[in-house]
Amino acid sequence: MASLLGVRNVTVRFGGIVALDDVSFDVDTGQICGLIGPNGAGKTTLFNCLSRLYRFEKGSIEFDGRSIAAVPRHRIADLGIGRTFQNLALFRTLSVLENVMLGAHAASRGGFVANALRLPLVRREEGRVLARARELIALLELDAVAATLVSDLPFGTQKRVELARAMAANPKLLLLDEPAAGLNHEEVETLMSLIRRLRDEVKLTVLLVEHHMNLVMRVSDKVVALDFGRKIADGLPAEVQRDPEVIRAYLGAEA
Amino acid sequence: MRTDGGLDGRRMIGMLLVVLALAVLPFFLSDYRTFQFTQAIVYAIVLLGLNILTGYNGQISLGHGAFFAIGAYTAAILMDRFGVPYWATLPAAGFICFVFGFLFGLPALRLQGHYLALATFALAVATPQLLKYKRLEEWTGGVQGIVIMKPDPPFGLPLSQDRWLYLFTLFVAVVLFVVAWNILRGRTGRALIALRDQPIAAEAMGVNGAVYKSTAFGISALYTGIGGALGAIAVQFVAPDSFTAFLSISFVVGIVVGGLATLSGAIWGALFIQFVPNFADQISKAAPWAIYGAVLLVFIYLMPGGVAWMLRGVTAKILRR
Ligand SMILES: Nc1ncnc2c1ncn2[C@@H]1O[C@H](COP(=O)(O)OP(=O)(O)OP(=O)(O)O)[C@@H](O)[C@H]1O
Ligand SMILES: [Mg+2]
Repeated sequence: MASLLGVRNVTVRFGGIVALDDVSFDVDTGQICGLIGPNGAGKTTLFNCLSRLYRFEKGSIEFDGRSIAAVPRHRIADLGIGRTFQNLALFRTLSVLENVMLGAHAASRGGFVANALRLPLVRREEGRVLARARELIALLELDAVAATLVSDLPFGTQKRVELARAMAANPKLLLLDEPAAGLNHEEVETLMSLIRRLRDEVKLTVLLVEHHMNLVMRVSDKVVALDFGRKIADGLPAEVQRDPEVIRAYLGAEA
Repeated sequence: MRTDGGLDGRRMIGMLLVVLALAVLPFFLSDYRTFQFTQAIVYAIVLLGLNILTGYNGQISLGHGAFFAIGAYTAAILMDRFGVPYWATLPAAGFICFVFGFLFGLPALRLQGHYLALATFALAVATPQLLKYKRLEEWTGGVQGIVIMKPDPPFGLPLSQDRWLYLFTLFVAVVLFVVAWNILRGRTGRALIALRDQPIAAEAMGVNGAVYKSTAFGISALYTGIGGALGAIAVQFVAPDSFTAFLSISFVVGIVVGGLATLSGAIWGALFIQFVPNFADQISKAAPWAIYGAVLLVFIYLMPGGVAWMLRGVTAKILRR
């Protein structure tokens, strides 16, 4: 299978801290890749490099056969990379439906002039985006709150809105930053079957950051482990779980 | 709930009735009162533009008086020097202000919050003196300003000049409100609000922050410029000292009192900045601004979100019963 995402020798520094240290790995099309590591390991930093929020001083990132180093951040969604945010970054004054519709921004057309005149193109696009948003809202069981402002919703529900918003532009690669944090047992199970379904039905590729080990190990096709910015393991879930360095990193973090 | 909601049939009829009521209003008023309401509509256009920038897109401007001045002078110079008909000065004023606003918006991208407020305030403070600048005097008339003629109603319509100008201004305002509503209810409006609420997430979803924010500046200046042109035509006169920093601040007062990020807020805010100074003057000739300040405090205290949000809250409560 072809590699969809190739991370090569990526290094990121913040002052004295090396947040990512010469990290390399691949994710194949249709794969679910778990990304684990203790707090501060550099997982979110890697996501932010993929979103072009952070500059990486060394190395390269290839997506779908091209380097993203020169792509401005607002074009990343266009390339086919969607993401959620660890600390939730919803548009708090917009409704659930509008949040999900905004997620389709990259996958729709119509600028100021077309909108000002409400051209037929705009009506068509709005109809299309609305239909797609309604589909996702149904998929994530958000129908009852579609018209509610996101700031009025509980944390777990907001997480699902983030997921729906990230999928609205039909990405090829979905970056999920701790989607299970704050969810109850039942919600985690639903999330897991949803991620599997997306991979199987639309061949979505997923990079999944999670502290919920049970979830990562059960759902991932492969797992990459980071510690203090370095990659310490990369392989099948069962292998990584047994890896002495990974065990040490987690025990060390807990001690 | 971010724009004024959907337009179902009932709402549409409601809007039409409001416009109709506004259209017949001058026939019950003296020419002078009509002129005052024309001014209020002019302010409503300006506040609508400023609200697109500040309310919906989250960029503060304490300098919109400058765009108002540019629009006013564009109209005055075109009419006075080039004999351009009054109605044809509006697209010119809008276009010129769009360009100025867009260009001002580009460097302003680096500024946020208080810094943007200060940069725009600098613009407001400099405006009256720039307008008096000697080299420009040939065009601007310097300290004297420019006197222009009040337009007659077309086709020999049996209307007073003031009533005609009121109706013309109302027509322009209705068009501009519909355009603003179109911009705000769809993809562009969501992107503007998203940039205000969560700029990083908005860009991750594909919104080009630089283009959207400077275009918002341009559109907002365009509205303000058209307002300025209509204001100049109504007052029949432009002079540097009508465009002090106080005017810019009044616009901010207008959108806050009316209700940030609402369309109807522009109307309430306009009524406030047009009529409260008059009212204050009637109460006390000695200290009108103290009265103005007191009224402002009462508004802010009683309706912290502005008139439009207060009305929404009340309507929601009544409907829930
Ligand atoms: N913008 C930033 N400025 C300075 N330091 C940063 C910045 N972003 C991340 N870091 C540092 O880089 C390191 C990696 O952080 P990162 O957020 O990537 O960790 P993480 O693996 O996502 O951790 P967690 O599981 O807690 O979310 C940490 O030491 C963090 O303090
Ligand atoms: Mg993190």
